[in-house]
Amino acid sequence: MSSPDYSRDEIMTVTAARQLRNGAVCFVGIGLPSAACNLARMTHAPDLVLIYESGTVGTRPVVLPLSIGDGELAETATCLVSLPEIFAHYLQRGRIDVGFLGAAQIDRFGNLNSTVIGAYAHPSVRLPGAGGAPEISTYAREVLVVMKQSPRSFVSRLDFRTSCGYLAGGGERRASGCPGGGPSAVITDFGVLRPHPESKQLQLTALYPGVSVAAVRAATGWPLQVADTLESVPAPEPAELATLRDLHARTRIAHARPVHINL
Amino acid sequence: MEVLPLAEAIATHVCDGQSIALEGFTHLIPFAAGHEIIRQQRRNLHLIRMTPDLIYDQLIGMGCAERLTFSWGGNPGVGSLHRLRDAVERQWPRPLALSEFTHAQMAVAYQAGASGLPCGLLRHYAGTDPLHAPGASLRTMHCPFTGADLAAVPAITPDVTILHAQQIDADGNVLIRGILGAAREAAMAARRVLVTVEERVEALPAEMNAIVLPSWVITAASIVPGGAYPSYAQGYYPRDNAFYRAWDEIARDREGFLAWMQRHVVGVRDHAGLLRALGVAA
Repeated sequence: MSSPDYSRDEIMTVTAARQLRNGAVCFVGIGLPSAACNLARMTHAPDLVLIYESGTVGTRPVVLPLSIGDGELAETATCLVSLPEIFAHYLQRGRIDVGFLGAAQIDRFGNLNSTVIGAYAHPSVRLPGAGGAPEISTYAREVLVVMKQSPRSFVSRLDFRTSCGYLAGGGERRASGCPGGGPSAVITDFGVLRPHPESKQLQLTALYPGVSVAAVRAATGWPLQVADTLESVPAPEPAELATLRDLHARTRIAHARPVHINL
Repeated sequence: MEVLPLAEAIATHVCDGQSIALEGFTHLIPFAAGHEIIRQQRRNLHLIRMTPDLIYDQLIGMGCAERLTFSWGGNPGVGSLHRLRDAVERQWPRPLALSEFTHAQMAVAYQAGASGLPCGLLRHYAGTDPLHAPGASLRTMHCPFTGADLAAVPAITPDVTILHAQQIDADGNVLIRGILGAAREAAMAARRVLVTVEERVEALPAEMNAIVLPSWVITAASIVPGGAYPSYAQGYYPRDNAFYRAWDEIARDREGFLAWMQRHVVGVRDHAGLLRALGVAA
């Protein structure tokens, strides 16, 4: 088999973008989630409503923001609200359809760690922390997670639970009073994992072309279960790849542009 | 409200041991004011900020802070804040105590402070560890009307809040445009409010519902063009994303960091000196 004309990053971003339906209201994290959401908006979902935690509602950036609050997001937004408002009126009030998150660690029930590696009081790696993730994972009707898969990131036990997935599985999340539905898909650089309908344990449901189940299992820190029906993710369409590459090219140029200030 | 040179405003109103909040969410981060605090060698500060960003990485690395209250401590889109990590992981240059929250928690804590309330309220959390983290101080309480579980966060009331904004008018009223974060709440929660602005104008071009801080809630203001750089001021200059990327390398090791700070912050007279040293201003 010849090597594909796309990278693992690209198929991961395209696959994440395809999960978003047109018209959904989406709370976007920075990095891969931001690229996937904007790719979706520029391809099959022109009416996707993107909300960034900086208070930019309905933003339509032409280049990807480096931070969660670049001026590009403000200039292209339907409206700007304060940070207390975005978390209270939009997220806690239940107005978000899809939350899009990444993390440093995920466990088999989709719980996420973005706080520390090691003990909280004496961490070996101090990670950035919670930001908006705990409330996104609590209140969004559905959560999509995008993460590169490795035994270090897909772990049997989190060092810290920053954001809840299905807690210990089964009905525990629902019983705990979390209003949102929890993670519906974890898109990795190998394929897609989804929670089992009953146990809520993540299982492999789709593979990228040329990726083996053995390879995914080797990149997972728990004994990964495979769904009864294992799908094959279609390779990125030329139009999807062209749009994504144009977006990244524009972004690189914009982020390298020198800043000049008149004193 | 009085208009003062920035060095005088910091010398007069920022003291060792205070709790200070330099707010502005990605946008309008008051870098010039933070650098002046470093030049004047304030110590034992309790730094408060939702996203510590590069400015608190610098204050922490220069030994100004003993405690940090925050909710997300990274270099957005780039990676770690290496000086923050060094302080937490290896206590360099000194130990740093953490009070850690989520964005939503800090938002209601500022709102409570701004409203004269002892605490802010959120709906009850299920299954996230910050409830149990040593630095966090969340308590569960019950709604007196419905009995629903609620999470309470103690109010944040900084000794001093410092903001950067676009304009100040002849009467000392200050206009903020663009992404706000919790800047307004942080200002109204504080005992003293210092503001740096891009420029002074006769009258503000403010829409009816624009974000204006009336002069009488501001303690002192300073005119500092470029005062948010390498963050940005909407309508004046964009965020220097290339600098944010470059900071990752600059701050990675202690010696490189100290040399950079000596050359660009400690060793220059003011913010204009830093902008010229970096080639950002002529």
